Order: sequence, then C-alpha cells, then structure tokens
Amino acid sequence: MMPRVLVGPLMALVLLLAASPTPAQVSADRLRRAADEPQNWLTYSGTYASQRHSLLRQIDAGNVKNLELKWVLPNQVFGAWQSTPLVVDGVMYVTQRPNDVLAVDARTGRVFWQYRYTNSPNARVCCGANNRGLAILGSTLFMGALDGHLIAIDAVGGRPLWNVAVGDPALGYSLTMAPLAVKDKILVGVGGGEYGIRGFVAAFSPDSGKELWRFYTVPGPGERGNETWKGDGWKTGGGSVWLTPSYDPALNLTYWGIGNPGPDWNAELRPGDNLFTDSVIALDADTGALKWHFQFTPNDTYDYDSVQVAVLADIDWRGTPTKTMLWANRNGFAYVLNRETGAFLSGAPFVKVNWASGLDAKGRPIPTPQPPGQPTWPGNQGGTNWYSPSFSPRTGLFYVSAWEDYASIFRKEPATYIPGRNFAGGGHTVLTPVPGAPGPRIGRVNPINDWTDVVGHGSVIALDPQTMQRKWTFKQYDVTDGGILTTATDLLFTGGREGYFYALDARSGDVLWKASLGGQIANGPMTYAIDGKQYVAVISGNSLYAFALRD
Amino acid sequence: MGQAGRVGRTLLAFATFTLIAAGTARGQADHGAQYSQAEIAAGYRLYTSQCVQCHGGNGDGISGVDLRRGVFRRATSDEDLARVITNGVAGAGMPPFKLEPTELTGVIAFIRAGFDQTASVRVGEPARGRAVFDGKGDCAACHRVGGRGALTAPDLSGIGLTRTVAALQRSLLEPTTAMVPANRPLRIVTKSGETIEGRRLNEDTYTVQLLDSRGRLRSLAKNELRTVTYATASSMPSYASRLTADEIADLVGFLASLREP
Repeated sequence: MMPRVLVGPLMALVLLLAASPTPAQVSADRLRRAADEPQNWLTYSGTYASQRHSLLRQIDAGNVKNLELKWVLPNQVFGAWQSTPLVVDGVMYVTQRPNDVLAVDARTGRVFWQYRYTNSPNARVCCGANNRGLAILGSTLFMGALDGHLIAIDAVGGRPLWNVAVGDPALGYSLTMAPLAVKDKILVGVGGGEYGIRGFVAAFSPDSGKELWRFYTVPGPGERGNETWKGDGWKTGGGSVWLTPSYDPALNLTYWGIGNPGPDWNAELRPGDNLFTDSVIALDADTGALKWHFQFTPNDTYDYDSVQVAVLADIDWRGTPTKTMLWANRNGFAYVLNRETGAFLSGAPFVKVNWASGLDAKGRPIPTPQPPGQPTWPGNQGGTNWYSPSFSPRTGLFYVSAWEDYASIFRKEPATYIPGRNFAGGGHTVLTPVPGAPGPRIGRVNPINDWTDVVGHGSVIALDPQTMQRKWTFKQYDVTDGGILTTATDLLFTGGREGYFYALDARSGDVLWKASLGGQIANGPMTYAIDGKQYVAVISGNSLYAFALRD
Repeated sequence: MGQAGRVGRTLLAFATFTLIAAGTARGQADHGAQYSQAEIAAGYRLYTSQCVQCHGGNGDGISGVDLRRGVFRRATSDEDLARVITNGVAGAGMPPFKLEPTELTGVIAFIRAGFDQTASVRVGEPARGRAVFDGKGDCAACHRVGGRGALTAPDLSGIGLTRTVAALQRSLLEPTTAMVPANRPLRIVTKSGETIEGRRLNEDTYTVQLLDSRGRLRSLAKNELRTVTYATASSMPSYASRLTADEIADLVGFLASLREP
C-alpha cells in the first residue's frame, strides 16, 4: 500500500529501509541522527536527546479516534513490564523479565526468535526482576542482566556473542537499565542502591565486552568529591545507576542520573553531601572523565534517586539560545540546567514539597526536615520517578508523569552493612487519613483500588521550561508509572496503573482518544512506521499492544 | 492459619456503611502460642530492613503473594517458607537470604503473625464475641459474615486478615476516625436526575463501581454523573457506650478470627 504522509523529505529513505531485507546494521552515525529516521526507534529514549518526541505525522488529532489494535504480544512472566522496545527496519526487539529478548515482526507481532538468559541464583534486586530494554550497535544487541552481567546478542540469529560480569550479584549489583551505544562503546551503569554498593558507570567494547573506562559515582580517597563522605562511608555509598543516559554528540558528553546514597533513609550515618548521589553527572563519552556535576539532593534522607532521564533541549532561554537540560526530579523540583557547564538556570517545585523551602541561587535546596512522625511531601516514590518525560520542540512544553497529594512518614533506624543484604537505615509509610490504611504499592497488583486518590494520584503535567509552571494538568485517579511520548502532530501518548492508554492533545491536555487495556502501564509508549504505516506500541499488564490507524 | 467461625444466625444492626480501619495486620490470635512476641519483634526488624522493599509494608507488593494473609506461591509450611527465604526464587528476582537461625525464625513468626506486633489491645474470646455479634451488637443488620447478614456495609468474613486488632477495636469505638477512604459512603446524582447511594467497590479515572442501596451492582461512567459525594462520617455508631469493655474485647477477638481469604 501507499504510504500516507510521513515526514516528507524522508519518504524515500523510509521506503528504502522498510523494504530492506538485509539485517539491521545500526551504525554509530545512524544512532547520532536517529531523529532523522523516525520510522525507527533506535535507543531507549528514541534519540540521544531523550525527548521522546517523534517526527512521525500520520496519526494526528483528526484521525487518532480511528486507531485500532493491530496485534498483541502476550508475555508469560508476571510483574511490571517496564521495557521500551527498539524498532529497527521493521524488526522490534523487546526484553521481558527477567532477561528474555524477543525479536518480533513489528507489523504482525509474530516472533522471529527468543533468547532466554538464566541469571545466577545470587541475583538480587530491590524492586522486582525488572529490565528496561536494549541497546543496538551494528547488528548486535546489548542487554544488562539482573545478575550484573552484560550480554551481547546477535540481532539476526538471536544467540549470545559474549557475556561479561560487570558487578557481583552477591553484593547486590545488578543491571536493569537499557545500555546506550555511543560511537564505539557500550555504556551501562549498575543498580543496587539498597544494598550498600559503590555505584559506577562503565564503557565496554562492543566486539569483546572488554571494559574501556569506569567512573565511580561515589568517589574514593583522592578522587574529587570524596571529601563529601566521612570515613569509609564511600565504600557503601550507593549511587546506583538504573536508567539510560542521554548524550550530546556536539559536546561529546553523556548525562547520567545517579541514585540514592546508602543507607537510604538515615543520613546521619553518612554526614556530608555524599557526592555524586542524587546528582546528574556529565562524563566525556570517550574517557569517562567527569566534566561537571549538579547535585539535586545533598545528604538525602528520603530515597530521592535522581534516576530520571536527562532531557536535552535547545531552547531560547530568556532571550538567549541555550543548550539546556530539563529535569523533573524525584525530590519534587523541576530544573533547567546549562548542559555545557552544569550551571543552574532555574528550578521550582512541580508538586507539593515540604522537605525544602526552596532552592538557593545555585540550585541547592534549603532543607526543612520535618519532625519525626510527620509527613514529608513528596513521599518516598517522589514527585516523579524513572518514568520517561517528553519535550516537544513544537509546543515548547516539558511533559512529566507526576504523583500528587502523596506523602510519606520517614523513619531512621540504625544500619549495619552486611554484604549482599539490604542496607536501608529505616523506612517509610505512606500518609493515609487512617493509620495503616492501604496506599499505592510499588506497582499495581490488585484490580480493586482500595487506597483511593485520597492517598495520592497521578497526573500528566505540562511545564513551561521558562518558569516550570504548569500549562495544564491531566489528573488520573490512581498513580502512574507511565512514560510519555509526543509527536510532531501535537499528540501525547501515555498510560498509568489503571490500564488506560491515552492520546492527549499536547497543547491542551484534552483526551482525544483512549483504550482501556486493563493492566498497569509501566513503560514508555513508542512509535515507529513500516511501509508508510505508523504504529504506536505500549505495554499494559503482561502484554504489548500495537495500534495503528484503521486500514 | 486461622480460621473463622462461620457466623451467622442472627443479624442485626451495626449501622450502615461501616468501616473498619485499615490495617497493617493482625493475626496473633492463631499463632500467639506458637511464636513469642520477641521473635515476632525480631522478625519485624528483619522484615523492615530486608524484605519491605519488594514485598511492601503490607506484604502484598509482589503479584500473587500476600504475606500478611498467608498467600504464597511456593510455600505452605514454615519449612517451605524457610526454604524459599534461604534459597531465593531464581528468575523471579528474589535473592537467597543467608540468615541467622533466629532471624529466619523471627521473620517467619512475623509473617505468620500477620505482621501484628501490637500487644496493647485486649483480645477476648472469639466464641463470646460471636454471641455479641449476633445478639446485643446486632452487627449482621449491616455486615455479612460467612454468607449471612446484610451487605449494606462491608462483608467481614476476612476482616481478620486485613485489619490489626488495634484497628478493629478503633472501628468499634470510633467508626468515623477509623474509616479508610475506600469505604466512605457514596452519594451520586446522575445527569438524568437519579440519586444513587451505596457502597463503593472500586473506582478509576472514568468509572466507579458500587453496590447500591437496593442491592444492585452498578458501574457508572463519571461523565454521566452530575455530583459524586463521599461522606467522611461513617454511618456506623460508636459501640463505646453500647457494649461493655469485655464485650468489645470479645468482639475484637471474634472479628480477628474471621480469616476467609
């Protein structure tokens, strides 16, 4: 059939690639220019700038009501399915928990091959056997595993090519993020922030798995930032990394969101700012050298991981064209940073916040810790979390999945480090009107909502980066872990724990279309095209759904 | 695990839409003799440091598993629990935990006790409490247990699994302050002018499911409703002056024994 309107000048390329019978060869140059081939989805966040903004235009406000289900890929594994698929020239590559990879015909949902990795029985993760996806370079896929291994898989044959240990699972190291391919390296970071790990990110050879550089997110003696730790605290300082970085090819910088310090909830046990936990770090892509850092939550006592995707946006910042980074943080503040220098440009709370009264001129929070037993806003899961935001250059708005009216009562306890065990130093309970009443869990495991919006609910919010004030709010009854996709036709796709999959008007927040899929949506929707037909894919519950316009 | 007396018989009036506070737990009635308070307390400390991140504060954080209610995927006996904890569940993300024997016993005790650490609530004799439920309390006028009684207020057949004894006691003495948000009485006026009162069963962004006052299951689209009002006062009266302290304690004991899954 004939393609409808895609991105005009790219039409020929689209047809050429979509029809190509040759195996995927995803060069570093294609990755760098991924936005120019919107029929594909080549990295976790779609492009290195991580805007999750697609230039595909076939589905628009006028016809979105004609979306229909094209295929479903059911999954045999229970639990939150957080993966964002890749699509390369008509083939979808998706992970399912714990560490399976499937190559799928993205037009029909039929499976070419399946690779199942068996993790070491020592694997341990804080929050479920999650995996968020893959990287591709050449014709090789790269996946991190729960047991701390990085695995290269032949994208055509579906068999492993190499497998290297990145971190020791017996000590709580795990890999759950989708790696990122940059030039001739595969970049990945380690999870395990609840186990007293010493976090790091590292680069590996795509051919052999040889480690090429490593940067510790918690600096050791003699390294910059070690003075923000007392004694041996750095050895168990956390600083996990469990979300894919962004990359600016012109600056050759990779941007990583760093997780909480260890132990999580007792900051008194680790006096100091605890760099580089709860920070964004800018690392040279070739060497791993630290260019700059910005810490969102010094000496964190709330588990406010800065594990969010750095959204890179070139905007007119108060009259000056500026390379910025937009960041809605788990701590409830949204920030604009200069991504060349790390300079703080502005920040403001985007949900109710009472752990800090505001930010100073350099963006450092002014702490207002609450008395023991009193609620802290935002609660433990944060004002947002790892859910992918989106930036639309067309609307100029920054879109975030937020948790609102949600607070936790935190408590501190002693903590003793025992290798491989949780190193928590306390905990938290969700604030409810009645002691012990149900609150939102770490995921939706119950078809009955027995907590209600009184203890917290989700919203999609549209922020103006100039002020970080809201342009609009789309309120949901339950909380949401859904990522956000915007398109060049000003559509916004997202979902939430209730299992509604939405197309909103990106300018107004109005609901243009929705499908009741029923299972929690805990991944980021993505879009691709084959033979001129645009698809939107989302995971709800234990199934992956692909929609396109009615034929 | 425990087991509830089928109750029934009479039925009377507790009041309308009820509620019962929510709970972190309960349980000790069945295992109080089996595990010591010290073991349960030790288990609580271990649970909150090692288990809570995945299994959650209420023990239901993993799909298909509800530790507090005794719903497991791979275990029935205490020995099974010990095996799963010690060996982990490869593939599901549960690591093996090498625990000291006292830690292992403690965390199993904590699970078996339904996460209940409270010892301050007077828990009386379930059989006498059942008599209060059926007789002087007239509870089945609104509540159902074991298939008997009204559905005006929540069915209590499994209430011992979802409420601590402290929460049960508070519900009897101060029903309004103990009412969890999910149980707030609902009053709806539709755009067509119909007024519907009832008990909320479930809700999401676009719909609400309820049992109306005429005993019908209703699922309503919110965009067809003019007003939706939740009362914050329970229509259940306080039993503080209607029952003696001994009767309250016995009733708490009876409610805590109701453990149908």
